[in-house]
Amino acid sequence: MISIDDLHKSFDGNEVLRGISLEIKKGEVLALIGGSGCGKSVLLKHIAGLIKPDSGRIMVDGKDMNMLKGGALTDLRERFGFLFQGGALFDSMTVFENVAFPLKEKTKLSNQLVRERVFRELENVGLSGSEYKYPSQISGGMVKRAALARSLVMDPEIMLFDEPTTGLDPVMGSAILNLIDACHKRLSFTAIVVTHEIPGVFDIVERVAMIHEGIILAEGTPEEFMSFTEPVVLAFVGRD
Amino acid sequence: MLMIRKLGAATLRNLRIMGVMGLFLFKGFFYSVVPPVKITRVLKQVHFIGFQSTLVIMLTGCFAGMVLGFQGYNSLRQFGSDAFLGPAVGLALIKELGPVFSAFVVTGMAGSAITAEIGIMRISEQVDALELMGLNPYRYLVVPNFLAMIVCMPLLTAIFDVIGIFGGYLIGVKLLGVSAGVYFGEMAAYVDMGDVMEGIYKSLSFGIIIIWVCCFKGYYTGIFTGFGAEGVSKATIQAVVMSFVLILVWDYFMTSVLF
Repeated sequence: MISIDDLHKSFDGNEVLRGISLEIKKGEVLALIGGSGCGKSVLLKHIAGLIKPDSGRIMVDGKDMNMLKGGALTDLRERFGFLFQGGALFDSMTVFENVAFPLKEKTKLSNQLVRERVFRELENVGLSGSEYKYPSQISGGMVKRAALARSLVMDPEIMLFDEPTTGLDPVMGSAILNLIDACHKRLSFTAIVVTHEIPGVFDIVERVAMIHEGIILAEGTPEEFMSFTEPVVLAFVGRD
Repeated sequence: MLMIRKLGAATLRNLRIMGVMGLFLFKGFFYSVVPPVKITRVLKQVHFIGFQSTLVIMLTGCFAGMVLGFQGYNSLRQFGSDAFLGPAVGLALIKELGPVFSAFVVTGMAGSAITAEIGIMRISEQVDALELMGLNPYRYLVVPNFLAMIVCMPLLTAIFDVIGIFGGYLIGVKLLGVSAGVYFGEMAAYVDMGDVMEGIYKSLSFGIIIIWVCCFKGYYTGIFTGFGAEGVSKATIQAVVMSFVLILVWDYFMTSVLF
């Protein structure tokens, strides 16, 4: 479904991605791990078409993200859901308005149907009762849940999670991962989860890829990953 | 050699920024005339830019007119021409001070707030979120401000002018004893529709400059300015300073070339 081929990206002469190649199959959940600043979020934003690569290609269902413009790019983006690290909720809107926003802007659903969909989605992420609070009035975990509800409300085919558990306590982090797993089972989306939540994330993904120094250093199932002997991998998964 | 290289890099960077700014203005105009336009957001921004600036515009207009009344009277009296106080106040306000002062007030009150708002949305990835929903951020963040400014700026300038003329009247007529008939009669004789239109064209173009610069600086926070809160602060300062400078440069160009 998503094919990344020899992706390169530099910022001000600093080469962040040095030839990333990766395949993600339809319906698969892939964890993308690596040290801070190694380019995981940059790769995720490339996949979403928010950043253009210096060279290399990202193909989504055979369509080259870099070659798409205007309406074609918009059509492809509508198939994506993106959970930003900080949630990226519109801070001038309530939780309800945030989740309703894409429905109101992109569909012709009646107000009643929008309301029902939003309430259902918020119930699914455990946010019933917080509909009319502003993002600044709820906790970090609730912001992530609200952002998850907003990204899922349009039934995306591909979900990109940018560090969904960062800044949360272990219990809340684990709850968010379980929520992602439950949503995946319910909606069967293809997903990439950028995370440092190791080994917790291994329970909900089918494959793991590790970025190190701008390339994919190791890739495999969680079981395979735990048996790798590469020192950097060992250090990262805490088996050194 | 290193210095030349640095100079070249800075020149290229500034040329790039100018190119992006030009493209930003073009897109702002393009999406303003191509539907759909978010009417409710336009009205919200009309309220924000127009209504919320009105009181300060009235206050500054009144005092600008009163100062003109004093200075004009004292200067004209030396030549025995205090009868021309009305035209002096009227022409100065309508052609020059009204559009420029109003633009400064709107830059300070609305422009800086717009830069900060869009800048915060940019650094907190809210702009990216809009894009990923398949929505055009220009239509949500830029176009409503463009259209609202086009509506508000001439009206605010007109309010400034009227209040300023009244301020001049208070000082010239009520305080210094110029006849009310002379004040308004001479003003009507010397101020024509061309002068009024000049002020309107100026205010309109200043409004476009303000919203162009302020939206641009907010939209590119973290790209052409620093990151985080510091980036928003820098973007806001740059937006205000650049707007002031461009307003005065464009004012000179319009006055010397167009009118």
